[in-house]
Amino acid sequence: MTLDLATRKAAQPHFHTLLLESPFHERLAALDKTNDWYGWAGHKAPHALDDEELEYFAIRSTAAVFDISPMTKYRITGPGAVAFLDRLTVRNVAKLGINRVHYTAWCDDHGHVLDDGTLFRLGESEFRLCCQERHLPWLLDSAEGFAVDIREETGEVAGLALQGPTSYAILKEAGFAGVEALKPFQIGGFAHEGCTVTISRTGFTGDLGYELFVPRALALSLWDRLFEAGKFLGIRAIGYTALNRARIEAGFIVANADFMTAETALRGNRLRLPDEIGLDWMIDLEKPNFNGRRAIMAARAGKTLKHILVGMEIDGNVPPEHALVYHNKRREVGIVTAAIWSPLAKRNIAIASLERPYGERIQDGLWVEIYALRELQYQKLMKRARIVPRPFVTLARRSANPPGLF
Amino acid sequence: MTSFDTIIIGAGHNGVVAAGFLAKSGRKVLVLEAADTAGGGARTVEFAPGFRASGLAHVVNRLHPQVMSSLKLDRTLFEGEAVPTLALDAQRGPAVLHGGYGETLEGVSETEAGAFAAMRKKLLLQAGVLKSFLTRKPPRPGDIGLGDALQLGLTGLSLLRHGRQEARDFARMLLMNVADIADEYLTDDRLKGLIAFDATLGIHLGPRSPTSLLGLFYRLTGEVLGQAGGQYLPKGGMGTLARALETAAIAAGARLRFSSPVAQILTEKGSAIGVVLKNGEELRATEVVSAIHPVTTLQTFLPAGEIDTGLSRSLRHIRSKGNVAKLHLALDRVPVFTGVSLKDQRGRLVIAPSVDHVENAFNPAKYGAFSADPVMEITLPSMGDLSLAPPGACVLSALVQYAPYDLKEGWENGKPRFLETILSTIERYAPDIRSSIVAAELLVPPDIEARYRLPGGHWHHGELQADQLLINRPTFALSGYETPVEGLYLCSAGSHPGGGLSGVPGMNAARHIIAASKARSRR
Ligand SMILES: Cc1cc2nc3c(=O)[nH]c(=O)nc-3n(C[C@H](O)[C@H](O)[C@H](O)COP(=O)(O)OP(=O)(O)OC[C@H]3O[C@@H](n4cnc5c(N)ncnc54)[C@H](O)[C@@H]3O)c2cc1C
Repeated sequence: MTLDLATRKAAQPHFHTLLLESPFHERLAALDKTNDWYGWAGHKAPHALDDEELEYFAIRSTAAVFDISPMTKYRITGPGAVAFLDRLTVRNVAKLGINRVHYTAWCDDHGHVLDDGTLFRLGESEFRLCCQERHLPWLLDSAEGFAVDIREETGEVAGLALQGPTSYAILKEAGFAGVEALKPFQIGGFAHEGCTVTISRTGFTGDLGYELFVPRALALSLWDRLFEAGKFLGIRAIGYTALNRARIEAGFIVANADFMTAETALRGNRLRLPDEIGLDWMIDLEKPNFNGRRAIMAARAGKTLKHILVGMEIDGNVPPEHALVYHNKRREVGIVTAAIWSPLAKRNIAIASLERPYGERIQDGLWVEIYALRELQYQKLMKRARIVPRPFVTLARRSANPPGLF
Repeated sequence: MTSFDTIIIGAGHNGVVAAGFLAKSGRKVLVLEAADTAGGGARTVEFAPGFRASGLAHVVNRLHPQVMSSLKLDRTLFEGEAVPTLALDAQRGPAVLHGGYGETLEGVSETEAGAFAAMRKKLLLQAGVLKSFLTRKPPRPGDIGLGDALQLGLTGLSLLRHGRQEARDFARMLLMNVADIADEYLTDDRLKGLIAFDATLGIHLGPRSPTSLLGLFYRLTGEVLGQAGGQYLPKGGMGTLARALETAAIAAGARLRFSSPVAQILTEKGSAIGVVLKNGEELRATEVVSAIHPVTTLQTFLPAGEIDTGLSRSLRHIRSKGNVAKLHLALDRVPVFTGVSLKDQRGRLVIAPSVDHVENAFNPAKYGAFSADPVMEITLPSMGDLSLAPPGACVLSALVQYAPYDLKEGWENGKPRFLETILSTIERYAPDIRSSIVAAELLVPPDIEARYRLPGGHWHHGELQADQLLINRPTFALSGYETPVEGLYLCSAGSHPGGGLSGVPGMNAARHIIAASKARSRR
């Protein structure tokens, strides 16, 4: 049987829309001046809507709105939810209080990180897991023997990050009474259009900020409510470029940018254990078995950890994006995964993946080789790099209680 | 609450062998068995008043000499019981194989006997090379030690010693199908049918399925009483063998507890610390050795989440659905098989008149139906051991193939029809048999699963095929008898090298456990 093209196309609707539009697309498109879109997990998302610098400074000086709807979201419920999530992820979920959020990661049997993400505890046995990649088969297979229900809700839930010094002031102005009580990583439910908006004091910027989730149908009204309230408080919609700068300053890592996730990596030596990407602090070896526990313990005991993720400060003002890292200018020991000139720290900062013992036992004598393309000519710079702790920037307002009214 | 060094789950022959070896090493060993006797698939059962037979396994053809010698089993117990194999043909009469897999033949032309001898020599030579893998822990890529490398090298050398041609033939034949080898060497359909049957018995393959020759190699790696390819029926049925092993284990200091089904394995921070019985009783030990199906051990007995998701996925893909049915007939007189001497009726009688017969028997099994013209091996154990049946009466024990675990029509419906099919097949070879039947018992794989607590009712506790062998038995992450749970080991037929009454998984696992703990205490 041969089908004509039109019939075949009609039978494959997912090809018609290569990139889905976010629930906020109408508003984003109206503000967009650059027409600089990219694909984020199958959704159309802006690199920038307007001037990147203005968008970055909105995060740091007023308030920025970043659409996080494309983020993959799973709803995990049932009496076995805590035990299941404890088996899935490396952190101790029993220690995560109700209405609290924690940053976590999960691994395969070999201890290789499958993804990192945030886990929202919405109730005694109700959770939302947010992450970059899609993991439904892995989650379902891991749920064998646990009384849980797992559902992907990416498309049903719209999410916005409201970040920056005036973010609290905007929420207050928008009438979210009681939002001042939210401490960092705390979640609250607030009324919106006869429904509930879930607000958590979380974010990816290291600044004072909140994340808001509503059912898809309420997306635009939530947007309008925030923008109305923020009219005189410097609210601005932003794209990923500005957010990326803020997250580097905050020292946060991004899956498939600072490390390759285990199911994305094609090359065996790109796989990473949590200890190799700076997530060792999360791991709880005291709780019952979790995926990768034995492999992590074996790697620690056998001293077979190969890589390490570090924060670096680089001389000069040219960000060494994806530059090679050298020891004593000769021996190649790693790569810079993210780098910017930090407007806030007024320093040239970078996140780098190094091969142990460099970055671990050997911390000195590191250099980065920067190829700066200047009007069709490379300028080769060898700059000194110093290992520094992350975050590169710590803002008191991020964790101040009650939040500041800027 | 008593505490032991080692708890062994299951007193099948592998569990008991492991118990013997581990007790000999000075450990305080307790074996927990669900049934009221030891032996597992190697038990003697009374299936009708006054009629006893070996419950599942009815022929011994691979009990390992090192098991015999290390546990000091009394050889004389089994000597004199070696029996021939008869490839039956209702018209022409049988081809009879005497000695170890037909050292001498009877009832075939001289030319054919020569051809069979050449094939037998070739196969035994190749099986001899493979044999060295039986008692070794399969080497794993990534952690091949010097010893492993040396052994692998020696295996290669031992092959080359016989000349390049042999090495080439080995490489050529290893993954072939048995039907092509039959055609290559033989012309007599009885012999061809016999090797086709022997290669596929207990495995979900037909003789023309790729790699089906492996099953014959596996059989020929077996030896008994110093005879490669030999076989015997123990007096008193398989229970005699089980009792001999049990006595050896007890003599070594092991304890056995019956009617004590294990329900759970206890763990603490990733280590096994004991078991919980079905009645709730808790027993502690520093080592737990599971001599039951690997999938049950890890999927059912461990707390949820104790093994990682990747491993649990791969366990789900282990194929372990049996194909063999067990038939017991109580006969009021000794049956007469056409053309078979009374003396030869003590032997293994195989109904598999041609390769096509075996292949045709397999075809429906692929689609969830039983064979319309099944193939089988029959023994009449009471002929050599009068104690098994009332005076003048006779016991018939048969392994019948193919009886797929998941019968589409359901076994409740299918079983009476299958029994009738089997009986009318046997009737073609022993025409008067039906009128002598006093009682009949047919166990199809789900029955075997329930009665013997053998998941899938599978001969080998998991298909014995190329992808589930050696380092992939039962699955890659578990191939060295160890599990991710520290102190929990596997030693049933589901582990390397596989099933049949050999005692090898039990012995290998015990040796590995002993060596590993010595290495640990040296550190
Ligand atoms: C129909 C059939 C015919 C066969 N014929 C032959 C043959 O002729 N020759 C031959 O060599 N091989 C034969 N086999 C293969 C042979 O029987 C098996 O490979 C062998 O029995 C495996 O031995 P084992 O000790 O590993 O396990 P099993 O014999 O299966 O023993 C496992 C033991 O564990 C016990 N157990 C299970 N669950 C629990 C629990 N929860 N708690 C405590 N105890 C438990 C069981 O009761 C059993 O005693 C045959 C197999 C089948 C299915």
